[in-house]
Amino acid sequence: MTALPRPRALQPAWSQDAAAAFVARYEGLRGRLPGDAAAREAGAAAFAARGLPGVRDEAWHFTSLRALAETRFAEPLTPVADCAAMLARLPQTDAPRLVFVDGRFRDDLSVVPQSVSVRVGGPAYATLANPDREAMVALNTMLAGDGAAIDVAAGVDGGTLLLVSLGTGTADRPVAFHPRHSVHLADGASLTLLDVVMGEGAYWHNAVLELAIGEGATLVHLRLQDESHAAFHVSTVYADVAARGTYDSFALTLGGKWARMEVHASLSGPKAVAHLNAAQLLGGSQHADFTTVITHAAPHCASRQTVKNVLTGRSRGVFQGKIEVARDAQKTDGYQMNQALLLSPDAEIDSKPELEIFADDVKCSHGATVGELDGEQLFYLRSRGVPQAEARSMLVRAFLAEALDPIAHDAGRAMLEAAVSAWWERQAP
Amino acid sequence: MLKIEGLTASVDGKAILKGIDLVVPDGEVHAIMGPNGSGKSTLSYVLAGRDGYEVTGGSAAFDGADLLAMEPEARAAAGLFLAFQYPVELPGVNNANFLRTALNAQRRARGEAELDAVQFLKLSRAEAKRLSMPDDMLKRNVNVGFSGGEKKRNEVLQMAILRPKLAILDETDSGLDIDALKIVADGVNALRGPATSALVITHYQRLLDYIVPDRVHVLAGGRIIRSGGPELALELEASGYASVVAEAA
Amino acid sequence: MSESATLETLNAVTATPYKWGFSTDIEMDMAPKGLTEDTIRLISARKEEPAWLLAWRLEAFAVWQKMEEPDWARVKHPPIDYQDLHYYAAPKKKAGPKSLDEVDPELLRTYEKLGIPLKERAILAGVEGADGEGDRPQVAMDAVFDSVSVATTFKATLAKAGVIFCPISEAVREHPNLVQKYLGSVVPQSDNFFAALNCAVFTDGSFVYIPPGVRCPMELSTYFRINARNTGQFERTLIIADAGSYVSYLEGCTAPQRDENQLHAAVVELIAHDDAQIKYSTVQNWYPGDAEGRGGIYNFVTKRGDCRGARSKISWTQVETGSAITWKYPSCVLRGDDSVGEFYSVAVTTNYQQADTGTKMIHIGRNTRSTIVSKGISAGHSNNTYRGQVKVMPKAHGARNHTQCDSLLIGSTCGAHTVPYIESRNPTAKLEHEATTSKIAEDQLFYCRQRGLSEEDAVGLIVNGFCKDVLKELPMEFAVEAQKLLAVSLEGSVG
Repeated sequence: MTALPRPRALQPAWSQDAAAAFVARYEGLRGRLPGDAAAREAGAAAFAARGLPGVRDEAWHFTSLRALAETRFAEPLTPVADCAAMLARLPQTDAPRLVFVDGRFRDDLSVVPQSVSVRVGGPAYATLANPDREAMVALNTMLAGDGAAIDVAAGVDGGTLLLVSLGTGTADRPVAFHPRHSVHLADGASLTLLDVVMGEGAYWHNAVLELAIGEGATLVHLRLQDESHAAFHVSTVYADVAARGTYDSFALTLGGKWARMEVHASLSGPKAVAHLNAAQLLGGSQHADFTTVITHAAPHCASRQTVKNVLTGRSRGVFQGKIEVARDAQKTDGYQMNQALLLSPDAEIDSKPELEIFADDVKCSHGATVGELDGEQLFYLRSRGVPQAEARSMLVRAFLAEALDPIAHDAGRAMLEAAVSAWWERQAP
Repeated sequence: MLKIEGLTASVDGKAILKGIDLVVPDGEVHAIMGPNGSGKSTLSYVLAGRDGYEVTGGSAAFDGADLLAMEPEARAAAGLFLAFQYPVELPGVNNANFLRTALNAQRRARGEAELDAVQFLKLSRAEAKRLSMPDDMLKRNVNVGFSGGEKKRNEVLQMAILRPKLAILDETDSGLDIDALKIVADGVNALRGPATSALVITHYQRLLDYIVPDRVHVLAGGRIIRSGGPELALELEASGYASVVAEAA
Repeated sequence: MSESATLETLNAVTATPYKWGFSTDIEMDMAPKGLTEDTIRLISARKEEPAWLLAWRLEAFAVWQKMEEPDWARVKHPPIDYQDLHYYAAPKKKAGPKSLDEVDPELLRTYEKLGIPLKERAILAGVEGADGEGDRPQVAMDAVFDSVSVATTFKATLAKAGVIFCPISEAVREHPNLVQKYLGSVVPQSDNFFAALNCAVFTDGSFVYIPPGVRCPMELSTYFRINARNTGQFERTLIIADAGSYVSYLEGCTAPQRDENQLHAAVVELIAHDDAQIKYSTVQNWYPGDAEGRGGIYNFVTKRGDCRGARSKISWTQVETGSAITWKYPSCVLRGDDSVGEFYSVAVTTNYQQADTGTKMIHIGRNTRSTIVSKGISAGHSNNTYRGQVKVMPKAHGARNHTQCDSLLIGSTCGAHTVPYIESRNPTAKLEHEATTSKIAEDQLFYCRQRGLSEEDAVGLIVNGFCKDVLKELPMEFAVEAQKLLAVSLEGSVG
């Protein structure tokens, strides 16, 4: 076996040490991990060469990895929390579900779907991820233990499928797991994926999802990130949308003490469409980062993005949204809006909406607003007899409605709305 | 004034005009009517010289000159005015400044003296007043934030100030209420004279109640299938295009 | 007329050769190439500087040596060899000429090409008695000819008002306390790589002090020129508006056409005390390189204003059409309560130009307000990036920002990019950001041409309309020049 390259010297010691620990873990497991060894080895080489994202890495400008790097994670053993109790919090639906606990597939907790082909038992490496560019993806590729490869055949409506991840760990033994999933919709296929992550205790969930959406296919991806408040969460999604295909996603972030969701959506065939909507509701000292890159690589594609942040306590919300328009992606229609509500004096929002445009016949715009609840609106409600707390609640929900209302999938929207309500009740003084 | 012979034109390689013959003598107003997709707007764009409208055959003479060989601005300077069906917005460009620049460019091209700011202001105010348009229309940016009706009135105001020899009105009546329709008609009627002509393109007959045409032509499938006097418009109104088209076929 | 023909016309317009490219042969007093402590000692000695300033320069040099050139901007250039530049060049000193006949004719021709009126040329050339009170002058000018200010004008009128407007080297001698108090107080030596370099080697620039309560009786203006071959230009400008005062400062640049790339790393510091206002306007038209992207000025500028006092206001307006590379973020630190920062920018790039420009608005005081209006126009193979930061600190209660960034693309081989950083740590702050991208629509051009405008006039009209919100912020004298410059820069470029 060849020796892995050494990490860059530019990184600070805490970052180099953490990277070295992950590499050492891999070297210990080498040859014993399932799945495509070549893909894994390439990921390992990329990670060993890069290390963790650095302080000078523009993509991580607002999100420091220090707390994560200073935690030493162990391998998951037996789950240390009551999985059945957690699963009871899932929406009541008769849809099939794939349940992963600490990154491993659990047959006993899952209901395998009929109309969709699913393969588990090893990482579902596909071809969209870029371990050479994204360090967290390289790390996932190097250490991934399990995942679901979901396939929907041409023209088939795959219905609704729940993909559930439960994390369990303890403060004195935090664990890390790196699930690797893929979804492939053949031409004309459709699927609604309810993607729920939750957990208890201290752990790091570092997931990668590769979504290949065929010509005229539609993937609705509704995500609820409700990790434990002691958890770290990183997920990187790659979505590739072929001609006339649609990737329609909404991501709700509630959990994790430190979280980063990264989405790379590429519109690679004419008339492809992507919706990357999201809301981050944060309190306490949570830090959550929603980073997206939408690449318009073909003409006549459209992308839409509405991202809302509601921040209380000492929380910090980050949004980075880049729209790239390639030279020949004429007639691109890109629109992005991100808005933040700061509900406490110590909350912080950092927002970086970015346009990178190389085609001239395009319609691209973005908008961003930051502020608190509108005093006049509050007063108006109160003057009509609505108590202060309820008035605030109404206005916050109205603020979120713009992102939530367009969700057409009833069970999915209900699940997200219930999660928002529960969150808001927890914030009540 | 305008003499079109065997004019054929295509857009994106698709033939739209398939042989138009049309003569508009000095001082006459002609109406072109026809169903949607018959080529009415294409005819107006071809005459004004818009990119992407490819002339594949035939000729068009304007006061004896080869219209089709001229650049759009040269056609304008020669006295051809197109009132757009969808007037274009020019953000940040002041209406008065735009009009004065256009008027002086045309005057320069014709070897006439340019108007200074004061002369222009007088002229434009007088025309706006005559057309019962508020002064502030001149101060606003060209068509930006204008309602549909305001845009059409702005086209008429421009026409009044630029004083063309031949005005082509491309469905200027669409989306107008009756008051705005009268203003448009007044604008065209005020322009009428022995040396000026107009080509009124419309889908409906009602504008022709106010601008009484000398001749009416029916355009369908890229050809003029029937011509007649003002009574033809009334006939179309009563019986619809289908019967006329069927009759001609 | 086909679409491609229209495009060709546009390209022909954009590719208009630089109209203000010329150079002047004047005997130069030049330091040898390279940068060491000795170079800095030489500069300081030539300028007869006090010891504290030499020490300050050496400190900056020590910091600079430890720094790396920044790489975050969207600009690419071959590595700059900082040891292959001259850091000091001055026209040979002459006694004050008695009339224009005694002035170096080359210098006069330069002024003529710059379009400076005859009377002002005499004043600029330092002809004795030329700044009499005959015709009331409108604009006072401090020309930086290469590195040494050749002449300063309208001193008498300004002196009456108590305004100090002179080369900074003169200010170091005549007003050492003011210079020592304010120099580096907005842009410290360690601020960034190019600012540190400037601190170490700056040769000249303007100094302005407006005493309390004074409204500066005229617009102050500097024409910058880069002239000596391979001479980096390191101007240093310091403007202090004391309590309740007002000043409007104009900066305009043209440069000679040359093959070699020339480095320019200026620093401008503005300080506004309570109720003071500074309006700083720039028209930048340095040599942008040729149509193939050869040559052109590298323009790495640090401009920052400190709204130190309550209710103070600093307003930056810039029209950037020149330079091969523009790296420039005129910023406002809104420290005083109720202070106001403004940034209005038009940046035009054609051929292979690269512009990465924008602003920073740092809200520190209560009820601070900022406005950003940026208009980027890209043509040819150029790249035009807006990069801006709006940052609200925890104590900036009631802070407000509105940002509008619009990009216009001309042709399909250029790039337009928008990179805003919006950071708020105070819930009572309200920030709004909007960005759009568009092209000059074919129907807009046709509409104008149907009304009789030529294609070039139509482009000029539409572009000036696009930039109107910025151009209206320029003082009258500049607005006309800027409009012409936009039209000339884009001649033939829209389709």
